[in-house]
Amino acid sequence: MRVIRDPLVALLCILGVFLAGVAPAAAGPYEDALAGFASDSFTDTGTAIDAVAASGHALAATVLGALQERRLHFSAASKKVYYTGNAETLHDAATGQAVAGERPADLAEVRLNNRLRRSVQAALGGLTLMSADPGARLNAAQAVFKSRDETLLPTLEQAIAKETDAAVRIALEQAWAAAALNREYAAAADMIAAIKVLRARGDQDVLAILGAVPADAVQPVRKAADDAIAAIKGELALWETAQNAWYGVSLGSVLLLAAIGLAITFGVMGVINMAHGEMVMLGAYTTFAVQEAIRTYNPALFAYSLAIALPLAFAVAGAVGIAIERGVIRFLYGRPLETLLATWGLSLILQQAVRSLFGPTNREVGSPAWMSGAFEIGHLTVTYNRLWIVVFALAVFALLLALLRYTRLGLEMRAVTQNRPMAAAMGIRTNRIDALTFGLGSGVAGIAGVALSQIDNVGPNLGQGYIIDSFMVVVFGGVGNLWGTLLGAFSLGIANKFLEPYAGAVLGKIAILVLIILFIQKRPRGLFALKGRAVES
Amino acid sequence: MNAAAARPPAIGAPGEARQPILYLDGVSVSFDGFKALDELSFYVDPGELRAIIGPNGAGKTTMMDVITGKTRPDTGKVFFKGSVDLTKLDEAEIANLGIGRKFQKPTVFESHTVFENLELALKCDRTVRASLLFRLCGEHRDKIDGVLETTALTHLCDAPAGSLSHGQKQWLEIGMLLIQDPDLLLVDEPAAGMTDAETAQTAALLREISKTHSLVVVEHDMEFVRALESKVTVLHEGSVLAEGSLEAVQQDERVIEVYLGR
Amino acid sequence: MKPFPLVRILDRGAVVLLALLAAVAVAVPILNLAVPEDSAAHVSTYVVTLLGKYICYALLALSIDLIWGYAGILSLGHGAFFALGGYAMGMYLMRQIGTRGVYAHPMLPDFMVFLNWKELPLYWYGFDSFAYAAVMILLAPGLLAFVFGWFAFRSRVTGVYLSIITQAMTFALMLAFFRNDFGFGGNNGLTDFKDILGFNVQAEATRNALFVSSCIALALGFLLCRCIVTSKAGKVLVAVRDAESRTRFLGYRVEYYKLFVFVLSACMAGVAGALYVPQVGIINPGEFAPANSIEAVIWVAVGGRGTLYGAVIGGVLVNLSKTWLTGAAPEIWLYFLGALFVLVTLLLPKGIVGALSSMKPRPHGSPKRGPFLARLFPRRVL
Repeated sequence: MRVIRDPLVALLCILGVFLAGVAPAAAGPYEDALAGFASDSFTDTGTAIDAVAASGHALAATVLGALQERRLHFSAASKKVYYTGNAETLHDAATGQAVAGERPADLAEVRLNNRLRRSVQAALGGLTLMSADPGARLNAAQAVFKSRDETLLPTLEQAIAKETDAAVRIALEQAWAAAALNREYAAAADMIAAIKVLRARGDQDVLAILGAVPADAVQPVRKAADDAIAAIKGELALWETAQNAWYGVSLGSVLLLAAIGLAITFGVMGVINMAHGEMVMLGAYTTFAVQEAIRTYNPALFAYSLAIALPLAFAVAGAVGIAIERGVIRFLYGRPLETLLATWGLSLILQQAVRSLFGPTNREVGSPAWMSGAFEIGHLTVTYNRLWIVVFALAVFALLLALLRYTRLGLEMRAVTQNRPMAAAMGIRTNRIDALTFGLGSGVAGIAGVALSQIDNVGPNLGQGYIIDSFMVVVFGGVGNLWGTLLGAFSLGIANKFLEPYAGAVLGKIAILVLIILFIQKRPRGLFALKGRAVES
Repeated sequence: MNAAAARPPAIGAPGEARQPILYLDGVSVSFDGFKALDELSFYVDPGELRAIIGPNGAGKTTMMDVITGKTRPDTGKVFFKGSVDLTKLDEAEIANLGIGRKFQKPTVFESHTVFENLELALKCDRTVRASLLFRLCGEHRDKIDGVLETTALTHLCDAPAGSLSHGQKQWLEIGMLLIQDPDLLLVDEPAAGMTDAETAQTAALLREISKTHSLVVVEHDMEFVRALESKVTVLHEGSVLAEGSLEAVQQDERVIEVYLGR
Repeated sequence: MKPFPLVRILDRGAVVLLALLAAVAVAVPILNLAVPEDSAAHVSTYVVTLLGKYICYALLALSIDLIWGYAGILSLGHGAFFALGGYAMGMYLMRQIGTRGVYAHPMLPDFMVFLNWKELPLYWYGFDSFAYAAVMILLAPGLLAFVFGWFAFRSRVTGVYLSIITQAMTFALMLAFFRNDFGFGGNNGLTDFKDILGFNVQAEATRNALFVSSCIALALGFLLCRCIVTSKAGKVLVAVRDAESRTRFLGYRVEYYKLFVFVLSACMAGVAGALYVPQVGIINPGEFAPANSIEAVIWVAVGGRGTLYGAVIGGVLVNLSKTWLTGAAPEIWLYFLGALFVLVTLLLPKGIVGALSSMKPRPHGSPKRGPFLARLFPRRVL
């Protein structure tokens, strides 16, 4: 031993010796409680969890956290408990110090069952309810809400009294309410107050809690609970309707995107383009190619990859469209059935071409950060990519409408489709207009492909999945009317999503197809049909 | 529905209460706000040859469409032989009642021969079963030969109808009407696109037909209408503007205004 | 002057086709069964089955030509009728397995035992009898065609609209048959067949019998179609194709004529499917895929529509090239098929038959007043 020169140092040394040597012998409640983890019995572990939590020891949260994450171990021989920290170092649970040297040979994990897992969670909740970090407090409150540990009620009350953050306060109050209703002999007034708090939250979890209020509870409590359940159920049904409607709008926007190009080529020009789906596919593959290029040459641009892909997809699909029109379709005007067959052949060729170029498997198209994630409105979850696609579909629609209505090209297009010989006589080059119109329709399908690459698998069969739906939308909405396409897309999307909960996804789709088939027979020209002489073929 | 009440008063010689073969009663049709027919009412007597004239858009073709069941009127009724309401029936039922129609643009079955076109028009059972079991007998053949002669198409008997000239197609279509043997023939612009000689021949043919059938002819060509020597109804904006002999109609102030656009 | 009906039905093309069919039906089984295997003239059982498949496809093509070539109805859903007939036959074959299945259940097919079903669904009853199955082979597609056609033709859905909804129909059926709880084996379909009418489906003799039956079915179907298209009803159908509303104004109930051929055509497609299934040994929902139906349409277009034997030629030729190409260069096949669609519609609108006969002065494919009559009295040009 070294010579002790300074009295203060000497004192510290003595203290240190005292702490190191005496503490294990004269163990506090925390150290006693730890021993319970070493007996490998669920009952003892349960007692230990409660005792550790109650001890208020600085290491309590660490140990319970380790227990929750299956990082708590014990040695049966030495009756000592350890936890593994970062980098797999072993710490003594009693002191928190890293264990140097050999690990005990009989180290075993402290096992948990579901009941214990809940009490660990609740205990941790209680421990962190007073944390300085509002985020930790919020998580703790939510944990207690789930565990409904009534022993934490006093802690919760303290926490609520101290709480300054409004959101955390609400969470704490809800946790208190959930726990309060769990107490065996709660005062009726408390219970009613708790029900009131929960009523305001009004979700599925609350329904479960309120449903557990015993049937033989005193009349006012029972009544309050029943009223709250009825009200919440009503609200939830409303939210579910809203969620379905949102899903429907989302599906509708996808249908709109897929069909809107077809509304131009089929609706306005009367050309049956069975390769329309492949134009969508080309757009999606353009997106893939753009992202590949960005990954290779300039990863910083990734956030703008979709913006870069849009004009390129329009150009690629539009150019292919014009080539198809000039090379094949123009020889088949006035022979719709032959056009249908020829364009089907083109779709096969395009699919196989993409398969040869990019391989038969699906390719991964990434989403920029601004398109990932979700937010909530009430009980409604909205993902950003779906939201952007709805916005995008509507924007494309508005743009196309404006183009047809206000530009020279749009005017000439409408002129040619309404009366070709007359338009030719007025000096409009109908051939050029045909090619441009078809190119426009195809290009729009291409930019639809950019959007759809965000939510669908990008593979050679991408287009096939949309072609029948797209035709249904255009035919249902009424040929030759963009507004009909809009209405058709959203009504089919919403109808589909509302049928799904009752019929399942596949039967719902079948039902929609059957309904459309019946509808077409009732109104062969769709919702917005042109009437009069113009219709005569 | 009390059809009798809607019937026009008996016409013709006193004591001889004849049913009009065709009676339109307040027929209106509109397409997207455009009124093609506006409370149109008129009647045609049995055995009568009636010419209907009017400027473009007067509703002549729409009127034909309503009579033959192609277009349903928004309001109004069409009676055939006094009691049958045609607005309740479809095209095939109306045709089988005995109303034949010739279109403005000659429509014949182009890939069939002239003979087959007439065979298809031949008056007989139109059901699928009857058509499957149909055998052409001598009587049918005589009828077809007769019509071929009337329409001067005998030498083209085996030619595909698609190879006929415009005028010949018009005649073939009239021939198809004849062999259908309807009680009432509706003929839409039979002289359109014909040479003067053909026009004269057509008029003569129609006059001949009108001896045995009731006939309504829609026409633009005044010379042709004159050659028909029939009563004339002038349509304007979907209703009757004037009615009478061609001379009387041509004197009518309103008709002159409509035609000359004063 | 009146052409004898048989002469009218059996024009030269028909006679040639029937003779060829008869020759094949006799020669192939002889070359397979009687000629020793090491002989160069021997036809293997594999080829017999393959040829049988082509004949079934030709029958399907024939049924499409009857409605497309003559009545102008382009059905993109005829694969559905083919598959329904196939499923009806498949159900009969499944019931014939009896206790020889993996689970050896006396009543239930394997997939039902696998799905834990306890009882045979009602619509599977009766399929243990061949007669009942034979009726269903005609009835199932026929009934679907009747209901579908009744609605469609009555409300005058025509042209591409009709094509699109027929495609939607077969698509909906495909989705339905993919479902396990629909009771038709889900995406695995029906397979592992053992017997047909007591004969082992794998046996050489049975294969030959199935091949000959297919030839007979094709010949009968062809004769039936000839009877129809040469009758006055056939002329009405062509009239409907060329000028539908004119036909109506002549007093023909166009919808009934269309319904008649559509149902008949669906039944023919059903028979084709029923003969196809025991030869290939499986039927699954993939047969309902819209792509299959469209492919069948191109067979007709390649052969030449509106000629009947053109459809038979097209059905056999395209599938022959498919077998060859998918074996020799699989990735080329779709390019080839796609190009076929484009080139035939652009350059050969009347198909092979049309192209060949337009080289001759007088097309014999479309007899006017009987082929002999037409040749006796050459057409006088205007």
